[in-house]
Amino acid sequence: MSLSLDEVRRIAVLARLELSPEEEQLFQGQLSAVLDYVAQLNELDVSGVEPMTHALAEATPLRPDEVRPSLPPEEAVRAAPAREGTFFKVPRIIE
Amino acid sequence: MTGAGELLDLSLTELSTALGARRVSSREATEAALARVDATDARVGAFLAVAADRARARADAADERAARGARLGPLDGVPLAVKDLFLTRGVATTAGSRILEGFTPPYDAAVVERLEAAGAVIVGKLNMDEFAMGSSNENSAFKPCRNPWDLARTPGGSSGGSAAALAARQAFGTLGTDTGGSIREPAAFCGVVGLKPTYGRVSRYGVVAFASSLDQPGPLGRTVSDAAALLQVIAGRDERDMTSSSRPVDDYGAALEAGARGLTVGVPRAWLAEGVEEGVARRVKEALATYERLGAKLVDVELPHTKYGIAAYYLIAPAEASSNLARYDGVRFGLRRAGAGGLKGMYAATRDAGFGAEPKRRIMLGTYALSAGYYDAYYLRAQKVRTLLRRDFERAFERCDVIAGPVTPTVAFRLGEKVSDPLAMYLQDVFTVTCNLAALPGLSVPCGLHAEEKLPVGLQLIGRPFDEATLLRAARALEREQGPLPAPGALEARG
Repeated sequence: MSLSLDEVRRIAVLARLELSPEEEQLFQGQLSAVLDYVAQLNELDVSGVEPMTHALAEATPLRPDEVRPSLPPEEAVRAAPAREGTFFKVPRIIE
Repeated sequence: MTGAGELLDLSLTELSTALGARRVSSREATEAALARVDATDARVGAFLAVAADRARARADAADERAARGARLGPLDGVPLAVKDLFLTRGVATTAGSRILEGFTPPYDAAVVERLEAAGAVIVGKLNMDEFAMGSSNENSAFKPCRNPWDLARTPGGSSGGSAAALAARQAFGTLGTDTGGSIREPAAFCGVVGLKPTYGRVSRYGVVAFASSLDQPGPLGRTVSDAAALLQVIAGRDERDMTSSSRPVDDYGAALEAGARGLTVGVPRAWLAEGVEEGVARRVKEALATYERLGAKLVDVELPHTKYGIAAYYLIAPAEASSNLARYDGVRFGLRRAGAGGLKGMYAATRDAGFGAEPKRRIMLGTYALSAGYYDAYYLRAQKVRTLLRRDFERAFERCDVIAGPVTPTVAFRLGEKVSDPLAMYLQDVFTVTCNLAALPGLSVPCGLHAEEKLPVGLQLIGRPFDEATLLRAARALEREQGPLPAPGALEARG
């Protein structure tokens, strides 16, 4: 399974990664090698096998729907690279 | 207590006894650990941050409790260190990544809370592969970590610092996380004990997420008893992690000395037949013979889907990582780069500057595996293979109590040996990933030194779900029989 450079670029856009031309080249080869390797899963007959979607057999736990204290907004935004008051500041979204 | 060196050679359990008897103070133990970090870490590189003032204050508080006869338990006053994947309120947490450089979390991970509530003194944050992605610690964005047995070798990864700090006598116990072998492989390479608990046994709250269906925090210790003492404190239900189990936590000390007699040890012969370096296989076979001599019964078991483990893992883990790492977007924490073209440009520029090569590779792989048209062929198929792997183990555990085999195909490899070939690095995890995929507990315990290389070899023990107690018992039986490994010499030899 070999990925084309165009596919590498398409995946990078989906992943919100800005790759350099060198990285595109490098990843094209490395990701193709990994995809070749994982293709061995196709040797297995998995018809009728349920996917393992949960690691535990336990029922989803519930808790009472009560109001509890959470992180104060001032603390929640403190680590943001740009903020205004208790808001995250981002570049213009509507162009 | 006499010299600091002697103090640092104590196991966690021995130190705890000495603290309880007030033969040594927590402050002395903490100063000794901090001084050891100062003296050795330029060469080892196990620590990304040292929290000396906070540690001293907590040590003094522990000593004050001890003086009142009000120790909180066996960890009270014991200097520990944790992988830098665990959030620590007020102490920088990087996950080994530039994208989180300078980030100071506003809350503690559940396991950090539990350790501190038990009186432990956390002296610092440990080096690791970026976002726990790697098997050699060479993917740390900040600095390499080296193996105290041979400074030209890797300590393993991703919890490299957690294992190296113990081998270097810089802390008395550590925590790591294990997604595909990240506790067990470094434990094996550095000659310490490392336990990956059953998925759900330990809370993931406040652990920087890598692959959420596989990640599990766990303890590393210089002895089996030390690992048991740490697990005792960190295990148990936490309602902030919906996947943490409400099953009662066993008393891990209770059966620790029960020995190997009466245990049935399953041996997947194929794990010793191919792909394992001969000197490693020899030590593992000797450990199996020791179990037999101690009264355990050995039976052959088949785990026929093991060879598909890496392939399933390298679809599932990157897929989950690509989703988890979407949060690093330059908005709420960490790095931001302006980029061209508004918000999307900012996202892409931030992520390009902040992520190293391995996270980028895995994000790319995971994004591809989850993208339209490929989900069934990759992620869904891998999840079905996971069921097959789990069934392999269920069948094996009808015939045995624990499964024993190698942790790694080789002893610690040299820095730089595998960095240019990601797939070769991935194959390092061939014996460890199945345990994560099947959500089972796994442990690495030293089983001697490689005859020629003079480096530690680990024996892996895998147990039934939530049967950490039997793993610890079996590991202790081996440890008691073979005695402790010598202390690694590489640090002392160079002064």
